[in-house]
Amino acid sequence: MLRVFWCILLRDLTLAMRRRTDVLTTLFFFVIVVSLFPLGVGTERKILQMLGPGVVWVAALLASMLALERLFAADYEDGTLEQMVLTAQPLSLLVLAKITAHWLLTGLPLVLIAPLVGMQYHLTSDAILVMMMALLIGTPVLSLIGAIGAALTLGLRGGGILLSLLILPLYIPVLVYGAGAVEVSSVDLADIRPYLTLLGAFLLVAVLFAPLASSAALKISLE
Amino acid sequence: MALNWFRFAAPASFYPIAGRLVPVFWVLTAVLLLVGLYWGFFETPDRLGGSNPQKEYYRIIFIHVPAAWMSMWLYVVMVGWAAIGLVFNTRLSFMMANAVAPTGAIFTFLALWTGSFWGRPSWGTYWDWDPRLTTELILFFMYIGYIALHSAIDDTRRADRAAALLAIVGLVMVPLIFWSINCPDPSQCAALHQRSNLTQIEGNILFAMLMVALAFWMYSFATTLMRLRSIILTREAENTWVRDLVSKGGRP
Repeated sequence: MLRVFWCILLRDLTLAMRRRTDVLTTLFFFVIVVSLFPLGVGTERKILQMLGPGVVWVAALLASMLALERLFAADYEDGTLEQMVLTAQPLSLLVLAKITAHWLLTGLPLVLIAPLVGMQYHLTSDAILVMMMALLIGTPVLSLIGAIGAALTLGLRGGGILLSLLILPLYIPVLVYGAGAVEVSSVDLADIRPYLTLLGAFLLVAVLFAPLASSAALKISLE
Repeated sequence: MALNWFRFAAPASFYPIAGRLVPVFWVLTAVLLLVGLYWGFFETPDRLGGSNPQKEYYRIIFIHVPAAWMSMWLYVVMVGWAAIGLVFNTRLSFMMANAVAPTGAIFTFLALWTGSFWGRPSWGTYWDWDPRLTTELILFFMYIGYIALHSAIDDTRRADRAAALLAIVGLVMVPLIFWSINCPDPSQCAALHQRSNLTQIEGNILFAMLMVALAFWMYSFATTLMRLRSIILTREAENTWVRDLVSKGGRP
């Protein structure tokens, strides 16, 4: 059972490594969006510190959403996805492996580049650490929820716009608590643990249900 | 007598029944709405609340609260029909879920709109990022997402099932709205909606509110059934019973 998981995971990672630009595009999209805001709202230190957490999170949301289209599209076009549905292995496990690969390629780079982005916004090192933790817990949730939308909009014309309409409302709780954790970390009295534990709870629920929902959605889309 | 629960699951047998029920629900809507609005305007106190009373403008509550109730309830109804459709594979259930969605979206919009008109005199702002306002807005987006996904897929069967799944996933929002008053960290959320329950409301206000809520309920039945009838006709256009209906001049 676990072997299938590894097999799909390694396959997706290898495929992505053969075409690195896809991975880098997402990362640079994130960096560019984040860098645009200071140019738009002014470069005053106070304003940037206030905006920073929210901007980083919104950019992370958009970046992970843009990458979602690729999650199933290539496999759908060459028929691999149909073969996966037909295998004896549980589809949700295969989907979970694909989502994990997707997160390693799009979510994890965002977490790693967060300190750099945080410095652009004059965030303190504590705030940057909290932001990295929140992103580390939050971005997998984005990939998991997004997989449902990607599976539902598989092969539709105008799928990208539609995907954002379906998925962004569901991302809002993650955004609220993810950005909330970073904002709260600048206040001495406040405790960030509730935010991180809530994000962790989202993650657990999403890991449990999102693969099931995505595999159901895939079966509907491939019928 | 053995009751056949699936008898009215056939569009052909439900279509005439729906047609006969629609006028009944419209009459009920009109009567209840008249009673509710009359009571709300003339039999209720002029002021609401103790230390910081709200004057006449609080009467928007008679539209606002029932609309907000219906917006949540209709989402649950929609998900219910969608789930029944996925389980029993009945075409009519999906059509029903489809027919409920626009009415639900309208009530959500109405709740947000009346809310902002009420917020202006009482809170001094049309919009605030209160948890309940935000979650209600997300609910509106969920309705729009459902309708958009359904209309984006050409194959009806896939559209029905995909939109149903999306609606079920979105169901997590409804408890969030319902409990958005008990926010986990009071210092973080400026809760403009205060917690309340039905026993704390003055009797006349409660009566008017419930009447309008019932009226909205009947209105939802009426519009849903009307929409359902046209969905049935569109989807079953190739069937003989629809052709017979058309050739007879629209009489069921």
